[in-house]
Amino acid sequence: MHSKLETKKPKLLWLQGLTCNGNTHSFLNLNSLDTLLEQFEILYFPAFATDYTYEDILTCKLSCDVLIFEGTYDSTLQRGGILLADVLQHYAKSAKYIIGAGTCASFGGMFAEMNPQNKSGLLFKKGEWVTTFEMYKEKIINLSGCPMHPEWMAYTLQMILHHKTILLDELYRPQELYGYLSHHGCTRNEYFEWKVDAKNFGTKEGCLFYEQGCRGPMTHASCNKILWNEVSSKTRIGTPCLGCTESDFPRTHFFTTKTNMSIPQDIPFDVPKRSYLTMVGIAKTFHIKRLEGKLIDYKTTH
Amino acid sequence: MARITKEERKQGIINAALQLFSERGFYITTIPDIAQKVGMSVGNFYNYFTSKDILAKELIIYISEYLGQSIREINEEDISTEQKIHKIVSMYFAMAEEKPEMIEYFLRVYLSNREVFADGCEGMICVSPFVTEMMIFFNDGVEKDELHNQDFFSAFGLFMGYLGGMVFLFGEKILPEPLDNYKDSISQNIYNALKTRD
Repeated sequence: MHSKLETKKPKLLWLQGLTCNGNTHSFLNLNSLDTLLEQFEILYFPAFATDYTYEDILTCKLSCDVLIFEGTYDSTLQRGGILLADVLQHYAKSAKYIIGAGTCASFGGMFAEMNPQNKSGLLFKKGEWVTTFEMYKEKIINLSGCPMHPEWMAYTLQMILHHKTILLDELYRPQELYGYLSHHGCTRNEYFEWKVDAKNFGTKEGCLFYEQGCRGPMTHASCNKILWNEVSSKTRIGTPCLGCTESDFPRTHFFTTKTNMSIPQDIPFDVPKRSYLTMVGIAKTFHIKRLEGKLIDYKTTH
Repeated sequence: MARITKEERKQGIINAALQLFSERGFYITTIPDIAQKVGMSVGNFYNYFTSKDILAKELIIYISEYLGQSIREINEEDISTEQKIHKIVSMYFAMAEEKPEMIEYFLRVYLSNREVFADGCEGMICVSPFVTEMMIFFNDGVEKDELHNQDFFSAFGLFMGYLGGMVFLFGEKILPEPLDNYKDSISQNIYNALKTRD
């Protein structure tokens, strides 16, 4: 007996609003891209040819099962002389799932930042609810990130293919992916625990939270659990997490920690400030020699 | 007659020890002195504190928690940073007058006999409740744009060093006026030194 999946592949459509194509390019880096996409009938994808033209899509003669939207939604934006809002509404109706790919599609992101008029994500503008696609909220899954991790999209599509329930957080992001903080799995955690600053970018040692603006302890993302290109992450190479999966992205001063009298203004997620400051005061009391210099120099005998 | 609880006994030891340590000094004061002042046997004393060093550490934690709680109550009030400074100064001076043994212990025992506190009270460990509240105070002042954003210890030293100095002068009976007479001018000076700059 053949399963339904084998007999009829779900139709997948990838549309774009205002975008830098970052999520498209990110998705192209997925190692299992071919085997994943084989399981869908691709109506349109921005980076390779399909059986349909863009005109076929824009004239709304088709329907889809999974609608992926990348980029900031702009209610005035036209594609080929057709209002994108109308195109999206058409496909949203038939779609069983609508995936917001990236922070722009999720929260408005970079393109809504400088000129926010008429612009938003599918359900949110920053963290505020917007009503344009509210009637489809049961179908919407946000995969925030600038860009989103290709494996996060793969996870979501696989869950859809296998009819699994995807638990979402309050910003409609999969809990399995965004229940973590990018701090989890960071190789610098011991430096965070003992409050040892990195002092610079690109070093192997030190924590980037105190001076270099790292948002790892307050950013919901699994970047240090599901590594980028399967090998690394921002914090692992000595660059701060920019908090790109959160609804307040982009903020300003990415590479500086905002402090009030040496105290970080934003502290780790869900930790009371008093408790955090008490712990910091105590941890800073101790000096762990191993953590104060280059690890490679510690106890080197030759 | 109501029976004295173990907790009340412990509090009695803390009060007596604070007085004796701050009046006579840490090394001269003995456990029998403290036991005698509380009216208990030396043997019974050890049921509460197993050594003089452990008692010394408990005392600084006790003072720090008392100060921390007092500042926390001020921090949680919906008033300006300038008013908070006045309240912290007033609270500290009132403590110096009403419970001089607490401030004396901090200045004359804790800060002057660091070797007693070297193991287990390093850095900010035993004064963390108090220092944490000062951090909250400074952080909130900067967030409200009422204090100049600067290094924590530069501001902390200015605030607490100033108060400690005044209380020291008061303890030495050098101040010509009662301590209370200085709280307005000192609060104003601290605020002027720390406030947002144009």
